[in-house]
Amino acid sequence: MKRTFFFLLFVTLLTAGCASSTVEATPPPQIDTGVDPDSWALIPAGEFLADFTNEEILVDYDYQMMVTDVTNAQYADFLNVALKDGTISIVGDEIMGYYPGDIFREYRHEEEYAAGDYPLMPLDEKGLRLDFDSTTFTAKPGYENHPMVMVTWFGANTYCEYYDGRLPSAIEWEKAARGTDGRPFPWGNEAQQTNANYYHSNDPFEDVIGRMGDTTPVGFYNGQTHLGFETEDSPSPYGLYDMAGNVYQWVGDVIPYQHYRLLLGGAKDVYAVRIRAWVINNAEPVYFSPNAGFRCAQD
Amino acid sequence: MKAITKRFQYFFLSTKGLALVAIALVSVVTAIWGTLSGPLAEMGINDITVRVLGMDLVPAEREGRLIMLYHSIAMTVVAILVYYITDVVQMKKHERATINATVTVGYMFALIFGMLFAYFGHNWIYHGLFIAGQTLMYFGGVLLAAALWPWKKEYYIQDPKSEYAHTKGGMDLERAAFFAMAITTLGSALLGAIAGASFGNGFVTFLAEDTVRDPNKAVLARGVIGHLHIMVALTGVAITLIVGKWYDFKGIMHKIAMPSMIFGSIILALGCALMIPAQYYAHLIIYVGSTFVLVAGLLLVIYGWGRLIRDRIAEQGIEKASFGQKFKALFHDPVKWGATWQMVYMNFCVTFVGLFMAAKLDDLIRRLPLREERITLTGHWHVLAAIIATIMLLYFVDLMGLKGKARKWFGWLVIISSDLAFGAATVFALKRLFVSESDQQPLVDTLDLLTEIGLGLLLIVIGVYMGYRLIDLFKKNGRWAKDLSEADL
Repeated sequence: MKRTFFFLLFVTLLTAGCASSTVEATPPPQIDTGVDPDSWALIPAGEFLADFTNEEILVDYDYQMMVTDVTNAQYADFLNVALKDGTISIVGDEIMGYYPGDIFREYRHEEEYAAGDYPLMPLDEKGLRLDFDSTTFTAKPGYENHPMVMVTWFGANTYCEYYDGRLPSAIEWEKAARGTDGRPFPWGNEAQQTNANYYHSNDPFEDVIGRMGDTTPVGFYNGQTHLGFETEDSPSPYGLYDMAGNVYQWVGDVIPYQHYRLLLGGAKDVYAVRIRAWVINNAEPVYFSPNAGFRCAQD
Repeated sequence: MKAITKRFQYFFLSTKGLALVAIALVSVVTAIWGTLSGPLAEMGINDITVRVLGMDLVPAEREGRLIMLYHSIAMTVVAILVYYITDVVQMKKHERATINATVTVGYMFALIFGMLFAYFGHNWIYHGLFIAGQTLMYFGGVLLAAALWPWKKEYYIQDPKSEYAHTKGGMDLERAAFFAMAITTLGSALLGAIAGASFGNGFVTFLAEDTVRDPNKAVLARGVIGHLHIMVALTGVAITLIVGKWYDFKGIMHKIAMPSMIFGSIILALGCALMIPAQYYAHLIIYVGSTFVLVAGLLLVIYGWGRLIRDRIAEQGIEKASFGQKFKALFHDPVKWGATWQMVYMNFCVTFVGLFMAAKLDDLIRRLPLREERITLTGHWHVLAAIIATIMLLYFVDLMGLKGKARKWFGWLVIISSDLAFGAATVFALKRLFVSESDQQPLVDTLDLLTEIGLGLLLIVIGVYMGYRLIDLFKKNGRWAKDLSEADL
C-alpha cells in the first residue's frame, strides 16, 4: 500500500514536471469579439479618485486612449512599415529603435539610458506571437487580435510615437481604467471570472495552456459567450476593454532616480487582487514578457 | 459545572493548557483564512467562506486587512513563546501567573477583535479592543522583562565551574540572553507602534514589499520595514533560546553562544532601528547582528546533535558505538532532532537566499520586474515565519508529552511535509533566475503541487493532533486531567 502510494506520487510529480507548455504548439481558437482595436475613447477633463486612498486628482485636459491593447496584427503592420522606412532596424536577434534618452542623476541603483538605439522586441523568443520570414512580419494564426506581448517599453513607446501618439501617463491610465467613482476594477467593485483574464480565471485559454493561461483576444469580456464561456460586459466607465488582467500595460512615466517604467493593470498570471487599478508593477524599459503589452494615448 | 471549571482551569492555569488554547485558536484562524487565498481560493472555497461567515471584504482595504491578520496571528505566536519562556526560565510563581494572564487576555483581544474589525465590517469598538489587546501584550512583555532581569542575585550561578554560560560575578548569561531578546522586542514593537499609529491615523496602509523600489520612502515607512524584520528575527531568537533550554545546552559552546546571542539580538535590533535615519548602514549592521545570532544557533545545533547521539547511545547501553549506530541515534527522536534540523534547513531557504539576494541586488534582482522581486521577498519571510512555527509545534508536542509511535509519525511528517513545502516555495520564489516566463509553466505546476502537498499534509498532521487533544477533553480522566494535576500555576 505504502509502495503504491509513493509510486503514484512519484509518477504524478514526474508527469507534472515533464508536461510541456503548449504555448507554441497549439494555435488558439479564432474568436472575433467584435471590439474594434482601431477605435479610441475620449476621457474628458476633470477630477477622479486615484490610488486606494481615493485621493482627488485633477486631470485638466481631455485626452483619448485606445479602446483595446495594441494587437499582434497591429504591431506586425507597424514593424513592416517602420522597417521599410528605416525607423527601426534588425540587429542580431533584436529589433532596435532610437530613443533620445532619460535624464541621469547618478543616484544609487540608477540605470543610465543615454540617447541611442534600444531593443523594441526580441525576434527569437518563446512567447512571441509574431512570425518573421526575413522580410515580413505577421501575427501567428489565431493570435491576430490578441494583445501584443514580448514588447519592451521602448517598443511600446516607439509604436505610439510613430502614429503621432504617446504612451499614457500613469494618472491618465488610472483615470481611464476606473472613471471618477473610486471603483477598484474597471467594471465595478468585485472581480469575477467572467470579468477579466487573471490567474486561474478559468477562461477557455486556460484549458489549453494551464493555470497561468494565455492571453485572451482584446475585448473578450464583452458580455458575449465565447467557446461556451459566458462573459460579462466589462469595459471601463469610458468604454476601454482589458484595463484589468490579460496583459500588463506599459505607461509613459519614467520613475525618477531609477528609470524603471510602470506596468499597470495586472495580467493573466496574477491573482484577482493584483488587477486592482492602483496596483503597480515596474521593470527596466528593456524588459519584455508574455504578460506585458500596451496601448496608446493622444491629446 | 465542575467539569467545565476543571477544564477552564486546565486551559488557563497550566502552560500546556495555555499553549493548547493558543495553538488551537491560531489553527482555526489559519484554517479559515487559508481558504481566502491560494489553491482553496482557486477552487472557489473563498466565496463560500465569505458568504457563510458574512465577511465584508472591500478591495481597497485588503492591505489593511492583511496587516491586522499578521498582527493578530503574531500576537498569538508571541503569547505562546511567552508561555514557553515562563515555563523554562526560573521566575517567581506570581510573576509567571501575572505575565501569562496579561498576555492571554492581550492576545485573545488582539486576535478576536482584530479579525472582527478587519473582516466583518468596521466596528470601532472592536478596533479599540484590538489596540487594547496589543497594549496588554506590550505590558506583558514589560512584566516578562522585569521577571527576566538578569541582575537578580537569586538567579546567579553559584558554582564558578558551572557548565552554563555566566559572568565572573555569576550572572546567568542564558537568562541575560532571554532578557536581551525581551528588551529588544519591546523596543522594536514600539518602533512598529509609532509607525502604525501614524499611518493608521491617515488610513494609509501598505505592505512593506510593495515599497521596496520606492527610492524615497517616508521615514515611518522605513520604520515599518525595520519593525517587521526585527520582530520576525527576534521570534527566531526566542525559539532558539527555548530550544536551547530543551536540549539542556551547556559547555563551552554554550559559553560562546550566549554572549553571541546577546550581542546579536542587540545589534540586530539597533540595525533595524537604523533603517529610519541611515538605511545604507542599517544593512551592514544587520548583517553583523545576524552573524552573531547565526553563530549561536549553529553552536546549539552542533551541541544538540551530539547530545542527541550521546543520550540515545547511553540509553541503549552501547559502550562503543559505530558510525551507523550514532547516525541512527541522531534520528531516533524526530521531534527533538527536528527542532534543530529546521534551524539548519532555514539557512537553505532563508539565510543563504537572503544573502544571495543582497549580494546580487543590482546585478540580478533589480533587473527583474518588481513583481518578481516582491515574490522573492514575501516568499523569504513567509518561509522564515513558517519554519519558526514548525519548531514551536515540535516543542509543543514534546511539552504535551507525545510519545511512542505517534511522536515519531508526528515528527517525521512535520519535517518532511514542511520541508517539502518550504523547499518548493523557495524554488518558486527564485524561479526567474533560471527559467523564463514563457518556459515556466511545467516548473510552476510542479512546484505548486509540491507546496500544496507539503502544506496540506502539515495541516492534516496538526489537525489530527488537535483533534486527538479535543477528544481527550471530553474524557473525565483524560491526559488533560493529568496535566492539570501537574500544573504549578
